[in-house]
Amino acid sequence: MGYPHPPHPRETVVLSQYFGDAEARTFDGWVKRGGYQALKKALAMTPDAIIEELKASGLRGRGGAGFPTGLKWSFMPKNDGKPHYLVCNADESEPGTFKDREIMRWTPHQLIEGCAIGAYAIGAERCYIYIRGEFTEPWKVMTAAVEEAYAKGALGGNVFGTGKRIDIVLHRGAGAYICGEETAMMNSIEGKRGNPRIKPPFPAQAGLFGMPTTINNVETLSTSSHILNRGAAWYKALCLSNPKSTGTKLFSVCGHVMRPGNYELTMGFPMKDLIHDLAGGMRPGRRLKAVIPGGSSVPIMTAEEAEGALCDYEGIVEKGSMLGSAGFIVMDDSTDIVYELRRLAKFYAHEPCAPCPTCREGTAWTTKIIQRSQRDQGKKEDLDLLLDLSDQMTGRTICVLSDSCAAPIVSGIKKFPEEFEAYLSRAKAPALAAV
Amino acid sequence: MSDLVNVTIDGVQISVPKGTPIIEAAKQAGVLVPHYCYHPSLPSPAVCRMCLVEVEKAPKLVPACVTTVADGNVIHVNNDKSKRARESVLEFLLINHPLDCPICDQAGECELQDYTFQEGRAGTRYSDYAKRYNPVEDFGPDVLYVANRCILCTRCVRFMDNVAGDAVLNVSERGDRAFIGIDPDHLLDHPWAGNVVDLCPVGSLISKDFLHKARAWDLDKTASVCTGCSQGCNTMIDTRDDVVVRLRPRPNLDVNRHFICDEGRADYRWMNRGDRIEAPLVRDGAKLTPTDWDHAVERLGALAKTARRVVILASGRASTESLGFVRRMVDGATVTAAIKVPLGPEAPLAGVPNLALRKERVPNLAGAGLLGYGAEWPAAVAAVKGADLVVVLDAVLDDADVAALAGAAAVVVIGTVDDDRLAGATLILPSTNVAEENGTFVNRDHRVQRYFQAKPAPGLARPAWWIAAEATHAARGLAAPATAAEAFAALGAMVPALAGLSYADLGHTGRVVSPTTAGAAR
Amino acid sequence: MTGSTHAHADAPHHPVFVGKVREQLDALFPKYPTKQACLLPALWMVQEARGWISPAAIAEVAEVLGLTPAYVRGVATFYTMYHLHPVGRHFIQVCGTSPCHLCGSDEVLKAILGATGCGELGATSADGRFTVVEVECLGACGFATPVLIDDDFHDSVTPERVAGILARYP
Repeated sequence: MGYPHPPHPRETVVLSQYFGDAEARTFDGWVKRGGYQALKKALAMTPDAIIEELKASGLRGRGGAGFPTGLKWSFMPKNDGKPHYLVCNADESEPGTFKDREIMRWTPHQLIEGCAIGAYAIGAERCYIYIRGEFTEPWKVMTAAVEEAYAKGALGGNVFGTGKRIDIVLHRGAGAYICGEETAMMNSIEGKRGNPRIKPPFPAQAGLFGMPTTINNVETLSTSSHILNRGAAWYKALCLSNPKSTGTKLFSVCGHVMRPGNYELTMGFPMKDLIHDLAGGMRPGRRLKAVIPGGSSVPIMTAEEAEGALCDYEGIVEKGSMLGSAGFIVMDDSTDIVYELRRLAKFYAHEPCAPCPTCREGTAWTTKIIQRSQRDQGKKEDLDLLLDLSDQMTGRTICVLSDSCAAPIVSGIKKFPEEFEAYLSRAKAPALAAV
Repeated sequence: MSDLVNVTIDGVQISVPKGTPIIEAAKQAGVLVPHYCYHPSLPSPAVCRMCLVEVEKAPKLVPACVTTVADGNVIHVNNDKSKRARESVLEFLLINHPLDCPICDQAGECELQDYTFQEGRAGTRYSDYAKRYNPVEDFGPDVLYVANRCILCTRCVRFMDNVAGDAVLNVSERGDRAFIGIDPDHLLDHPWAGNVVDLCPVGSLISKDFLHKARAWDLDKTASVCTGCSQGCNTMIDTRDDVVVRLRPRPNLDVNRHFICDEGRADYRWMNRGDRIEAPLVRDGAKLTPTDWDHAVERLGALAKTARRVVILASGRASTESLGFVRRMVDGATVTAAIKVPLGPEAPLAGVPNLALRKERVPNLAGAGLLGYGAEWPAAVAAVKGADLVVVLDAVLDDADVAALAGAAAVVVIGTVDDDRLAGATLILPSTNVAEENGTFVNRDHRVQRYFQAKPAPGLARPAWWIAAEATHAARGLAAPATAAEAFAALGAMVPALAGLSYADLGHTGRVVSPTTAGAAR
Repeated sequence: MTGSTHAHADAPHHPVFVGKVREQLDALFPKYPTKQACLLPALWMVQEARGWISPAAIAEVAEVLGLTPAYVRGVATFYTMYHLHPVGRHFIQVCGTSPCHLCGSDEVLKAILGATGCGELGATSADGRFTVVEVECLGACGFATPVLIDDDFHDSVTPERVAGILARYP
């Protein structure tokens, strides 16, 4: 397995600089490339100074919510005498997103360094990295790298001779999308079913094992070392559009493009260029039809909306969707939108934890309605029903899984009504066999 | 006061302590927030989404069970937004529900049925799809799990885990495939496991004992106190056509919270026994003759008045009133009085302090103690020899006890069940059992608790206190109480601990008395 | 639901947590403040050792971690990667979520079902060699279609490559 493409000249490679470079996986190779300088620097700073630097950089959570990282870290109580925990969310399960996988596969020490900096900044001596069970290769690479980091003194009871303790524990998931939700992840680490928790209490008050906890995404933590090395001002200046979205971000592009893969771009990069230039555009003779930009849990964008959007938190909201985890599912004009939305609904029906009836029954029912339409058994009132169910499934549950199911469906019906009507009016041949 | 907050719930302004969940605050405002997973005796997971209510200025509807009130909150339980949310939860809960209310024991007392009737949709939009199907499972001695009716509120799982401390239930699988699972190598046989049937808000966990026995709307409900042990758990007696068909816990946060043990729950069949004494029997020479009460109490009074050595062998199920008036009836004599106390293993409910099935399997041990009855049964039986009079007050006697009775000059049986072995008695007088009278028991913590009459007495049976009081009236002219309330009020003259107390003082949850100080002083 | 529960009654259960595996588990305990937190790792150890997690193994895990079997079972059934029934020698997971579907995962799945002789999803081939399932998002959407065989990740699988890949799994 290799990294699928050399960096494009229009990329700003920071995180992905050593993707594809096998030597960067080793401790020495990473140090040779400037690794662990940031951690050493961090350990000489006060935690507050690190948090201030992060705040000044404008870095926002890369897992999907886009919450300012420095601010999140500052919520952790100080001198409370309790153990603090850092949890690194490496449960990358959002359809369309595959960036954290590459960070772990190619630059495990980049993540370890980021975790160590984060742990130190929030007063934690232990960091759990929750890696999804399906990520067998990243798991192996990370396991070897953590072992090496301990052997070289970058982790353990006396990090780089400073007398400070930072431990990293790798925790393997076992197949549950919902564990990517931060409170579900904490339950999963605690050996429970991955049910999301009610907030409050928030993790910074009572999180993992009831202790103050911060949860950050792989990409977020990996970025922290670069900010400490090169300064908040440098990072903040990486911005092509809205000053609220700074730095670089890995954009995963998949689906109907010639060169799928991860592209590291400065925030505010035009989506049109990402899809048509960097990712190689559509297959010959095909035109762009739609993009779901945030991983699958956000509203679908028409070609027009996508091509007019800028790739940052605000730019995509402006065009009616959300950046999320920046996994772009690109669909060309051969795509049966109804079929793909059914496929997504099936995904969401497979993943609810169980307790909230709204989500448990709502996602399954939604799937059945779309399925029925494709079996030539749909009814005229089904579209209204889908919209109504989606409305009920939004904002009513403990976590946002059912909202995530509703978002692409509602937008799909609103933006591509003719595709649904073609099935419902029997103008289109059924895509599924009748049962 | 600074620890009170003012909130408005559906237009009603109330002050409640800080930290009160909205759902409890709403109760105080007279508003019921429909709910499934919330239960005041269990931790709240806020999963059923039924109790979502609108709090003005909050961005989303909030679960009333875990959201605490804040000063100035304006809360809407019954506006369109909150109702719409509940309607949709009900719709989601019903799409895979079998709608088998006609054969479901829960019908009539089902919260899914009630709330759907109240504010659910009239029809279904889930047409043409097959419903989810899972087979019925046998969970244990008295519990069946009907998975198809389950709404996954997880009350049962939380009860077994957090309260019983015996985590044999779980939520298995996930999403719409989820169901309540049980450890295949275990049964739901914890001594308190039956509570999951009451906790289940729908007909998913049902009692085998009650299976298809009665429809909920045919039941008459009467507040009572369990007779199974000295704990004094508050119960509800359910009768159908004057037959007791079920015992269920009645909430009393100070005694049993919302629970009763399985042994107590099953302890009702004796209340329905058919082999009852139905008329007073008086001895005329060699044979016992049925008679009326006037004649019977006269005979009893005469016996009691002249006896100089008396033994009372009483049941621990006898009411405080009966124990008191039977004892008063033989005032002036030398009296040995005892109750029989069967013993059994203690079975605590781990999650509730001071709640257990107690070793002493009688409800009125403390009441008997207050009235001078001992628990030294063999000594009392030994005292029978040479006694002028033995009063057997509904005690269950073994053969040795019966044989001992021959040593007394006269035996009076005041009892419920016909016993051939006692045919040699001078008088056999029919009394009522706990389901047939009003009365009180005093539990092990000296809490005096009332129970109420649930069904009519058979034949001429009367409460034992009435029989004794009438006899005393006939023989000595002392005033006899006409009602249990009067009887209880009169106990104060016999026991300082009860002085000044009335039924009204006891209410439905009882009152703790001190065995050493006068009740009125409290 | 509990249908498979008595299967273990016939075959005696040989403890998993002895020797090396026990040492592995013991080494994990200091990494977590509770024993319960070692539940997911312990279940993985069982699956690695036995290929699946039997009811008797669940009871053993419960015993070792101070939990109840019902609790462990509830957790194990939550996570789709734990096999609570025996599976083929090689367990094949094919991604079928939208991004991979767009790139032809249906054809890949069909080819794998055919080549393995499994015929249908979830079934084990007659020779006991393969079990094939379609899974939701494997997190490698840019490398469609990803296929996970045991612990080996194969990306960019096309129907043409299927036979060659399967040949590596006797």
